[in-house]
Amino acid sequence: MTVAFPVRTSDRPATPPLDVARLRADFPILATQVHGKPLVYLDNAATTQKPRAVIGAISHYYSAENANIHRGVHWLSERATLAYDGVRAKVARFLNAGSPHEIIFTRGTTESINLVAQSYGRTFLKPGDEILITAMEHHANIVPWQLLAEQVGVVLRPAPISDTGELELDAFEALLNERTRLVSVVHLSNALGTINPVKQIVALAHARGIPVLVDGAQSASHLGVDLAELGCDFFAFSGHKLLGPTGIGVLYGREALLERMPPYQGGGDMISSVTFERSTWAPVPAKFEAGTPHIAGVIGLGAAIDYLETVGFGAIAAHERDLLTYASEAVASIPGIRIVGTARERASILGFTLDGVHPHDIGAVLDHEGVAIRAGHHCAQPVMRRFGVPATARASFALYNTRAEVDVLVRGLHQVKRVFG
Amino acid sequence: MPSLSGLYQDVILEHNRAPRNFRSMEDADRHAEGRNPLCGDQITVWLKLDGDIVSDVSFQGAGCAISKASASLMTQAVKGKTRAEVERLFQRFRQLVTGALPAEATENLGKLAVFSGVAEFPIRVKCASLSWHALKAALEGSGEATSTE
Repeated sequence: MTVAFPVRTSDRPATPPLDVARLRADFPILATQVHGKPLVYLDNAATTQKPRAVIGAISHYYSAENANIHRGVHWLSERATLAYDGVRAKVARFLNAGSPHEIIFTRGTTESINLVAQSYGRTFLKPGDEILITAMEHHANIVPWQLLAEQVGVVLRPAPISDTGELELDAFEALLNERTRLVSVVHLSNALGTINPVKQIVALAHARGIPVLVDGAQSASHLGVDLAELGCDFFAFSGHKLLGPTGIGVLYGREALLERMPPYQGGGDMISSVTFERSTWAPVPAKFEAGTPHIAGVIGLGAAIDYLETVGFGAIAAHERDLLTYASEAVASIPGIRIVGTARERASILGFTLDGVHPHDIGAVLDHEGVAIRAGHHCAQPVMRRFGVPATARASFALYNTRAEVDVLVRGLHQVKRVFG
Repeated sequence: MPSLSGLYQDVILEHNRAPRNFRSMEDADRHAEGRNPLCGDQITVWLKLDGDIVSDVSFQGAGCAISKASASLMTQAVKGKTRAEVERLFQRFRQLVTGALPAEATENLGKLAVFSGVAEFPIRVKCASLSWHALKAALEGSGEATSTE
């Protein structure tokens, strides 16, 4: 049985196809052998591999430019400061944000969301105020609000999703009310691959004066993000899912909101003046970047953005769409497979179960074929509960994956069936 | 190189397909839940005590082949044993799956020896031990869910 899984395309200008073979040579780890077989890395939603350009930029920074930023009068410190703030401007351009001041460097998406919860949430939200999320959120967009609920008494409301894994927009709209003070939604679901209609969500929320945070952990590397078009008030993403290093991420915040928010952490580099009686804060974004930041991480993130932009998001999106369609059809045609997450608009992520075989066992057998996938709840336990499964297996694609690798995955799944049949 | 067939031995695959004592127990004296928060696996173990002896034991839950087969074989292994014997068996089992048990000592483990391959797969040690942790919690009567973390 062949089931068609058309992955609808967003309107993008036609772009020449990727030269994937050439591009793969940029990623040294892709030459790795696992259990004597070529690595087939399909766990890109967990973290992506790094091109030489990123590894080299970090190495070069430590070899040639390492110094602390924003304080030294010496040559090296000036170099490091220029490089660091240069990436801030690059990220602002990458996201099409209004100004580099709206870009705060964090440890990742999780810290970005926690920053908003603790700084914005604790200051402006009151007992009984509601935060509206969706039923497809990653734990990183659930738990920070639950901590806030304990601290402030706000109420967390999840909007339901359909059997295909799409947000039920009518139900979402019905949950918006005069107590709703913040909307926080995932752009591209890490468990289901669903692309949420963020523009519509923002329009519905803004019509009621409610700010919107978008969790872009998955979307930033696959969709290409235009904040001017999305219109959201906060946007969070992680460097390591975007070919960059771990431990570095970004929070975009609308300048007018950031100005009104108190610091998230106190320390060096975030003050204007300090006495024992009272301190005053530096202007944004420094107000939110206490302590010596992950300078090398920022440099690496800058190199990752350069790399992605050189390849081009149009070509990346087209390639990944082709892979997802090809993989969805091939995997779904295996008897006993159930695809979890079949939204019309989706990208790069293929979640599935196989009758009678636990996803961990699927993962273990595939590993011996060299194939790396994720098995488990994907830090989205409410999604697993919604679909009545304890866990799923998840193959997730990036620009360097190929149809031949999907074929290895499919052969591996047949091997799983032979072992557990 | 770790061997997949060493991990998924036939006995394990067979117990995964048809787990023994896979039922809830309404008149149990004790029960406890085991959870692996990293992978979401969840298992409940019920037991009846006749004095110091585990007279009946059963389990239910969702987990991988290793955790399911381990629970199934555990129920067979501990039935009729005293608490102290169960505790000793768990100690030896833990040594087995972490590779700390000398080869000559494995024969005392009976069928449980099929889990020797787990030692080659460190991330699966928690799968193999989950039901044992739940059993221990039930025997200690804490009544609280136990966690591998």
